[in-house]
Formats: sequence, C-alpha cells, structure tokens
Amino acid sequence: MAQKDVPPRWDRKMQQRLARGEAAALGELYDRFASLVHGLAHRVLGDERAADGITREVFVHVWEHPDAYDPRQGPLRTWVATLTHRLAVQRLRATETAALARDGSGTAEELEHRVRRASVAARADYIVQSMPVPLRSALERAYFQRRDYRQTATDLGITEDEARRRLRLGLQLLSTAHETEPPGAPHGHGGAV
Amino acid sequence: MSGPDIPSGPGEPDGPEYDDGLEPGKPPRIPMPRASVEDSGLPLPAPADLGDAALPPVRPVLEHPVLKALLGAWALAACSAEEAVAVEEHLGECGQCADEARRLREAVGLLQRPESLDLDPSLRTRVLETCLERRPPRIPVPDWAAAYDAETARLDALLQDFGEAEWHAPVRLRWFRADASTSRRTTVAGVIAHLLSVDGLVALALGMDDPLGDVTSRHPTPAARTEAYWRASHFPPTRAVRGPWREQSHNLVRTVSFTGGGAGKMPVSYGAFALPLHDAMLDRAFECWVHAEDIADAVDYPYAPPSPRHLHRMIDLAARMLPTALAHRRRAGLAAPAHHRHLVAAGEPGRSLRLEIEGSGGGEWLIPLDSPAAKGSVEHEVAHVALDGVEFCRLAAGHVPPQEAAAGQVGDREAIRDVLFAAASLSRM
Repeated sequence: MAQKDVPPRWDRKMQQRLARGEAAALGELYDRFASLVHGLAHRVLGDERAADGITREVFVHVWEHPDAYDPRQGPLRTWVATLTHRLAVQRLRATETAALARDGSGTAEELEHRVRRASVAARADYIVQSMPVPLRSALERAYFQRRDYRQTATDLGITEDEARRRLRLGLQLLSTAHETEPPGAPHGHGGAV
Repeated sequence: MSGPDIPSGPGEPDGPEYDDGLEPGKPPRIPMPRASVEDSGLPLPAPADLGDAALPPVRPVLEHPVLKALLGAWALAACSAEEAVAVEEHLGECGQCADEARRLREAVGLLQRPESLDLDPSLRTRVLETCLERRPPRIPVPDWAAAYDAETARLDALLQDFGEAEWHAPVRLRWFRADASTSRRTTVAGVIAHLLSVDGLVALALGMDDPLGDVTSRHPTPAARTEAYWRASHFPPTRAVRGPWREQSHNLVRTVSFTGGGAGKMPVSYGAFALPLHDAMLDRAFECWVHAEDIADAVDYPYAPPSPRHLHRMIDLAARMLPTALAHRRRAGLAAPAHHRHLVAAGEPGRSLRLEIEGSGGGEWLIPLDSPAAKGSVEHEVAHVALDGVEFCRLAAGHVPPQEAAAGQVGDREAIRDVLFAAASLSRM
C-alpha cells in the first residue's frame, strides 16, 4: 500500500483516535507501520526476537503516549521510524555493552563502531523506502538489476538526462544516512522513552 | 514472494520483466560496482591501432556540468567506460566533484536489498494484547469481531509483496451445491473483489457505503453481488481492489466497535437468509481465511490456519448452523426420510450426533438431528463423528467432499452422512 504520500489528515485523525482509546485505531496503526518498524529494528539488531521486542515497545509507547506525537512536526511515519530507530540502537548498545562486560572481547571503540554502522544501515533503509518512487525505481534498476543509465532511461520511459539526475539525487538522499538524525526528524520528541 | 521480486511502489509498472539473473530461492548476490568495461559484458573499445589512422579515437570532451550530472551513474558504475574515464580524470582536477563522488560511492555501499521478512501474524495479536493490557481501550473491538480483524490483517500481509503476476494468478473458487462440487474460475484480484462485495452485505447492514456503488446486483446474495461486481469492473480486476477491500474491512471493525456489543444481534441479510451481526462477522472471518488459502495455493505460498481461539469460534458457528442446514435438506428431500425422526417440542432434547473436533480450537458439539428447535442431548446420542478442526472447516467450505472427509465414525450411518452433507452445504461461493 502507499505508505508515503498519505495525507497528514490521516496522521491527525489517527492520533485523535488513539487518544480516544479506540482499539480499532491501534490495529490500523499496526497494519500500516508494523513491517516498517520490524524491518528497521531487524536491520539494527539482526535478530528476529529482538526485533519482535522492539516492535512491541514501539506500539506500546505510541498507544500509551499518543500525545507525544505532534502532527505539526512532520508525518507520523517519520516519527514512528525515528522512535523505532532510537529504541533499537539503545537495545543494541545495551546488549553489546553487556557482552563486552561479560567476556571482555573487543574494545569500547569497536562497540561504538558497530552500533554506528547498524544505525546508519537502518537509516539508509528508511531513506530508500521513503524516497519518491521514481528515484527508488531508478536506483533499483541501476544497482540491483545492473542496468546502465541508458537502459534505465529506456526501462522507465524517461530521458537519459532524467535518468542521470534521478540516480544522482537518489544517492545524495541516501548519503544523508551518515548524518545523525534522519531528514525531517523532529528533535527531542518522545522524551518519555 | 514466489520469486525474486523487488516490491516497488504502487501504481508503478513492475513485475515479470524484472530479471537480475537470480535463481528463485537463492539469496541475492550483492553486485560489485562495475568499475571496468570487462565486467559489463559490453564489447571492448577497439584499440586505436586497429582502426584507420585517419580516424583517431574520439574522447568525448565533457564539461564540468555534464560530468557532475554523471556522478550518480558513475558511482553506481552505470555509465559507459568512456564516460567513467572522463569522470575520473575530472575528479583529479575538481575538488567539488571529488567530494561529491566520494559521498555518492559511500552511499552506494548503503544500498541493501529490502529485507522481505514475513512478519509472524501472531506478533500482531501479541503486540496488540500487550498494548491493551497496559492501557485498556475506551472503545474496544468486540470479541466477536476479533477473528475478522485478525484474518483480514493476515490476508493483507500475504498480499503485501504481490507483483502483477501474482495478482493475476488464476484461482478456482470451490464450493458445494446440490450435493456436488462446483467451482468458478477467477484471479487473485477477483477473489479480493469477491470478499469486498460480500463483506459489503455487513457494511450495508451497518449503514456504511455499498462497495458496489452504482452497480446493481440482481439478487442481494453473495454470488449475485460478486458476479455483478466482476461484470462491472475493468475486467479482470487488478491490484487496485486491495485498497477498497482493506479500507472497508478496517471500517467494519471500527464501526462495530462503536455500535457496541449490544448490536451483535442485529440481522445481516445474505439474501436468502440472515445472520445476526456477530455471526456474520465470524462468517466473514471464516470466508476470509478460506479464500486466503485459495490465494496462497494459487501462488504456491504457505498459509497457516487461524489461531485456535478464532478457529474454535468459526467451528462453533458452523456447528450451530448445522441443525438448520439439516432441516433445509430434509425439506428439499436430500436428508434422511422422516421414519427415523422423533419430533420433539421446542427446547426439548432430541436425537443427537456428537461432533468431536480434534486439534487446537476443537471441542465437542451435540447436534440435534430432527429439528433446529430441539436441544442436543447426550441421552439421545445416536452417532459420534470425530474429525480434525481444519478438516472440518474445509468440509464446511466445500473444499473436501463429504464422502472423502477423513472422519472417525460410530453409530447411525445415515445420521452421520446427513450431518457431513449438511456441513458441506453450508459452503457457497
């Protein structure tokens, strides 16, 4: 389903319904975002059960604190993704720190490096999923299907100029994964977690 | 789902033409950047000395804006060898482009095939339960709508990664009519259109919009509505039907939550008969599961039965409908003749068959044989049938002929035959 391009009206109404305590709204929220949440958590933690746990934490948090989301700050989807990302990275750091303390293998520096790598990988996933479909399609063709930009242009029925533009723009967006906050993410939200 | 298909955006051409040389079932290869022309399979540029001396190789003279625009394609090794050389020479001279090139190359390293992990459907139940324990809902989903909520969510998750090929995969709908198997050919999208049309009966009863819109159906029955929808839609139906189906199913769950538990007895007309709302929602949950299995079979994908709690309710509905189905068959001259019958007053114990359903979600039901008004009774038990819960549901869905249902049987053989045929007669398109 179209996960992006959802009108902000949906976000506002969803928040009101959650605040009202409508169990049906919680189900709809899950249906829309569970695969996003679980996918991101899995990319960070690399473990099915841990990703299940984060999924639970994220939905519990949203259900218990529907007012923590402010529709004026951006889409609900971004907010949910940011929350997931933070909880998953927290969990990863906690697990790795415990392992480090237990068997003393590796250094704190290596740990930070692993955490950072997992965090960037998950953010990159989110960026790819959220970028406009034309950009994503161009990247998919050029990278996964190994089409050159001329073939990509033919495949997509666009000019070669446009194909080059989309590939460059897509990668530029993707490169922001190295920045610490996802693009458009509200700062310091959901402080209760 | 059934092949190496990258899920792409809605409304975008995708699907069968996608080919990256992967073998189905094998993990994807991570392609290396194509840095050199040898890797690309393209013909090598002809060495200059092979050509006419009068035609020296032409190196395209490209300027900064052109080269800058090429950086994305270059980083992905998706430009020609000549262009790559031109870009690389330029990078030695232009710091601005060199910075961007480095950033874009790093970004390529972040591209990963989307993980298409199927979420465990039981996770939904567990997560929602935890949430509702922590903060009890002010407007809960009624108990009798929980199976519909869960089954529609499961089917929607199955549809998630379907490409064009899957949406148009042929499906044969099977049911039982006049004691014989019958079927109707459609596609995956056609099945969703069927579910949309028939769920619409519940929507109508609740005062919601009719998904058929202006389309008129000759009879307000599940089959007639489905045929009308199929005829009126762009044939064959496409994946576009998923949105309206899902929206309606979400709205149904929402609306029954607001109408509250008391509305459960409100009748929902199926044309030839009516069911109270709570049973209609169970019936729709059952149909959703049965057709989800049809779809899963069509695309060769596994699909598990409902959770035991929901399966139990579905079996219970079928068991409760059996006495009426038996009476109906008797009137049509299909069930055992009257000489066995012991007519009893309404609410009094009558001849009964013990239906024992094994496995998770199972249980025991006493089916009064001679009148829907009679009470099932241990003292008047004349037969005992035992079968697995999922097998019983397949029988009630018309997917297993009654003669072939794997059932343990003791007692009055005619009564057993009648009940098994009555179970199959509950099925419809």
